[in-house]
Amino acid sequence: MKKVLALVLAMTMLVGLAACGGSGSSQPVEPAKKEHGNEIVVGIPQDLGDSLDPYQMSSAGTREILTNVFEGLYKPNSDGDYVPAIASSCEISEDGLTYTFHLNEGVTFHNGKTLTNADLEYSFAKCAETTLDSSLPKFFANADITVNGKGQVIVQLKEAMSDIFAYISLIYIIPADYADQLTAPIGTGPYKFVSRSVQENVILEKFEEYYGEKAKIDKITCKVFEDGTALVTALNAGAIDFATHLSLDQVAGVGSDYQVIEGTTNVVQALYINNAAKPFDDIRVRQALCYAVNVDDVLQLVANGHGTKLGTSIYPSFKKYFDSSLVGYYKYDVEKAKSLLAEAGYPNGFDMTITVPSVYPIHVNTALVIAEQLKAAGINAQVQEVEWNTWLTDVYSNRDFETTVSGFDASTLTANALLERWTSGHKKNMINFANSEYDEYMTKANSTTDEAERTKLFIAASRVLTENAANVYIQDAAEFTVMNGLLDGYQSYPLYRINFASLYYTDL
Amino acid sequence: MKYFLKKLITLIVTLIIISFLAFCAFQLIGDPIASMLGTNATPEAVAELKESLGFNRPILVRYFEWLTNFVKGDFGTSYSYNLPVFGMVMPKLGVTVFLTIIAFLLTVVVSIPLGALAARKENGIFDRLILIIDQVVMAIPPFFIGILLTCIFGVALRLFTPGLFVSFKENPSGFIGYMIFPAISIAIPRIAMTVKMFRSSIISQMQKDYIRTAYARGANSKRALKEHAIKNAIIPVISFLAVSLSEMLASCIVIEQIFSVPGIGRLLVSSIGTRDFTVVLAIVMILASWVVIVNFIADIIYQVIDPRIRFN
Amino acid sequence: MQKNKIKKLNWMVYTGGIITAIIFIIVLIGRFYTPYDPSAMNGQLRLAGPSLAHIMGCDNFGRDIFSRVVEGAGTTLTIAVLVILIGASVGIFIGALTGYFGGVVDEVFMRVCDLITAFPSIMLALIIIAILSPSEKNIIWCLAILFIPSFARVTRSEMVKQKSQNYVKLAKLMGAGSFRIIFVHILPNMVPVLLPTITIGFNNAVLAEASMSFLGVGVSANKPSLGRMLSESQNFLVTGAPWYAISVGLAIVLLILGLSLLGEGLQQWRRNR
Repeated sequence: MKKVLALVLAMTMLVGLAACGGSGSSQPVEPAKKEHGNEIVVGIPQDLGDSLDPYQMSSAGTREILTNVFEGLYKPNSDGDYVPAIASSCEISEDGLTYTFHLNEGVTFHNGKTLTNADLEYSFAKCAETTLDSSLPKFFANADITVNGKGQVIVQLKEAMSDIFAYISLIYIIPADYADQLTAPIGTGPYKFVSRSVQENVILEKFEEYYGEKAKIDKITCKVFEDGTALVTALNAGAIDFATHLSLDQVAGVGSDYQVIEGTTNVVQALYINNAAKPFDDIRVRQALCYAVNVDDVLQLVANGHGTKLGTSIYPSFKKYFDSSLVGYYKYDVEKAKSLLAEAGYPNGFDMTITVPSVYPIHVNTALVIAEQLKAAGINAQVQEVEWNTWLTDVYSNRDFETTVSGFDASTLTANALLERWTSGHKKNMINFANSEYDEYMTKANSTTDEAERTKLFIAASRVLTENAANVYIQDAAEFTVMNGLLDGYQSYPLYRINFASLYYTDL
Repeated sequence: MKYFLKKLITLIVTLIIISFLAFCAFQLIGDPIASMLGTNATPEAVAELKESLGFNRPILVRYFEWLTNFVKGDFGTSYSYNLPVFGMVMPKLGVTVFLTIIAFLLTVVVSIPLGALAARKENGIFDRLILIIDQVVMAIPPFFIGILLTCIFGVALRLFTPGLFVSFKENPSGFIGYMIFPAISIAIPRIAMTVKMFRSSIISQMQKDYIRTAYARGANSKRALKEHAIKNAIIPVISFLAVSLSEMLASCIVIEQIFSVPGIGRLLVSSIGTRDFTVVLAIVMILASWVVIVNFIADIIYQVIDPRIRFN
Repeated sequence: MQKNKIKKLNWMVYTGGIITAIIFIIVLIGRFYTPYDPSAMNGQLRLAGPSLAHIMGCDNFGRDIFSRVVEGAGTTLTIAVLVILIGASVGIFIGALTGYFGGVVDEVFMRVCDLITAFPSIMLALIIIAILSPSEKNIIWCLAILFIPSFARVTRSEMVKQKSQNYVKLAKLMGAGSFRIIFVHILPNMVPVLLPTITIGFNNAVLAEASMSFLGVGVSANKPSLGRMLSESQNFLVTGAPWYAISVGLAIVLLILGLSLLGEGLQQWRRNR
């Protein structure tokens, strides 16, 4: 008996020791809110695992951090308008074909060099040559860009183009002939890049020589949390000052010393259907899918009712193009779905596969709910999770899929950014949608300069998508931003972008 | 000496075979191009990048090129990070090796005394208690142990902040403090196994003839006998522990995910996801070398301690 | 002392056997009847706590966790059974032949086995499945192949021992063919050795499947599996639904505990025979 006691004692001591070792040395036990420096720790859900070269960034997660480092002549603001950045103003000629950008004085790069004409020329040429963004080549083909000695950039268009500021904002200005852009990027933004540790963190520091309004917070440490649970526990422990793109379940446990801001993902989430694959080439089958999915229930099950329902490939941040009458165009009606299926020759339903990228829990969850709902209409849907790389190869590039739940964001705030891809034969027309009426509206809209008329045509085009049940449109999902209670100045953007420069501590 | 040489040659040949199999397997299942291009991937862009990265050349040519560079210490460049793989992998390897070694030390320090204690009186209360605990502990998968530890020590007791890893450079004591709990998760199942093994090894030694004869003769120092038995009993345990080193490395892959430790396991899993082969290959080769070398060392230790093997 | 030992092994075999039997019965019943439809979703019951109606509570889609645990255990067990069926029969077949005939094939085969077993099976399975893309079929084949060496080895070494026994020599004298000797005379005598090996293998298969699903390289998303449920439940550990992770985790522990006790008990029973 003595021995047992001795053992129990020994074990407790051991555990105690280990525990003390833990508490003594791991320092952020208590949130050190009282004596914070002028710096913040940001939790990011994925590593900046692609190129850091501004023209070759492929993931939205990388873009949203590095837009603090890089700037173009113009940049988007939180209202969705394009405002001057490196350029101070722009004159547009009467015929709308010549844009003259006047540059700010004293723009310097993070390496201390002053912006020169050579840098500008180099940036335009390099971007035209290497950009991964597939909307830019169209712009470069139509524009002749010259830099003159008076510190002006002149863009001469061959044909009128209404979205020119959006394109200009994507052409980031970088120093000429700087070779390490891939690993140690240099730009002109309010923050400069300091270091990156693979799968650990990315560190940015305030750029003191910024020409515009300087950033307020000195140092930004973006910590990588590839596992959502770890992010939640770190938030719980008060170890993070700022995190965004969180789901409802993730913010459910955060302490009262945080501010929680609800926003939307600015992504068109839908059950995307391969319109060329059998049986989905039949419009009645696609419409049956629309009737068989109860979008309200999806929102309820995935996020307790948070989120905005969509009816077509436009989300509400695109205020003027968003036609709310298309939301709920297909009212949930299983009987109707069944009779449409019967008409199409599938009275007993059929088997189908929903391929989802496993990196996005929101899409996986939505797919699971949809699969469950489709059962009522006799459709047996299998949810197949694939890695992001596989999804990009099989679904996105090769279009070898039946249906997929995914989301499309817009790289610029133009209707084209969301709608152009569905024109027949477009390189990015993943769903193989082919509709001459749609194509006609889109061509007309793009050749019209009258803004009201254009808007009308884009809305008409978006209506065609709904009426033809191109996809089962679900939602612009809710997402939450969590911020240290002492921080203020957060601006939410209708695009994938976090502006660190506007954040500040209220007690400093 | 001949024995060592033979073993060494087998070791190298094994590694070369593994590298070839791994290289071919990874080439067959796709390329990193989609991840590199993201949603801007169009068939034209894909074909162009494929050509410029040299993926169209014959596989054997690329294998030998890779092998010669690898031997020279040039692990290539990561496709997604654009960084030299060697510099990327080595810090991660350091973290994982450190984790494995703490777990290993924990296992040795805890299991040897416990095993000896349990064997003192076969079927005594203490022995039975340990056996029952052992069986239960061995039934808990390492990942569940990890979750439980996070829950108890991280969330409830706040002894560490789950997910807030600090590197050794930033804060050495914080680093060690953070690694304790992952190490415990890895060690616990191993401790249970080692205790059980050591215990039964001692008991079987005690039943050997030489001990029995000594007892029958009325040996006056029971303690000396016991010590002798323990010394002999520890030989199989040492080689078991040596092999455990590779099992522990495997547990790291899972445990690193749970505790967000940026070690080699996490890098492996994410690199497989992005098809970043240069990184995956380097890690697979490191893991394979570790396993093969650990087995080699286990063989040598075994042989040094127990020279009889030489003649088998 | 001898008596004492037999008592102890009985304890292990009985306890393990009873736990395993109860789980098997519940899973078998679960194939036909569970308290709720394991996949039926209900927005009102999102993350509802344990109650009389839902003894383990509900998950983030309002699905009954107990029904899902039963179904999930079914998925896991089905995979494990198939893995063992394939792995054991192939392994025993190969081990019996190579052990009986010996020679170069035997030598080469044992080298390959050494190579495979040198690597922790979870590590190999993880890498292979990540490459092949996860699916139920791939997991079964991958695990089955990785499990062959362990069966082949045990069978082989036992075969070497048995083939020099008198009854084998006698059978040879009587003119029995090699295959007849191997499969009719020797194999039945090896059951006491193979039984614990199979049980332990089964235990490992359950663990492997759970680990792989936990890491997200498991069965498809709309099929419940214990490992996958555990990894999903992790998200709600901190945010107010700890019962989810705990009930799923306990189910896994119980399943493995039953099997490992049974395997351990059987092994001791063999040693003491």
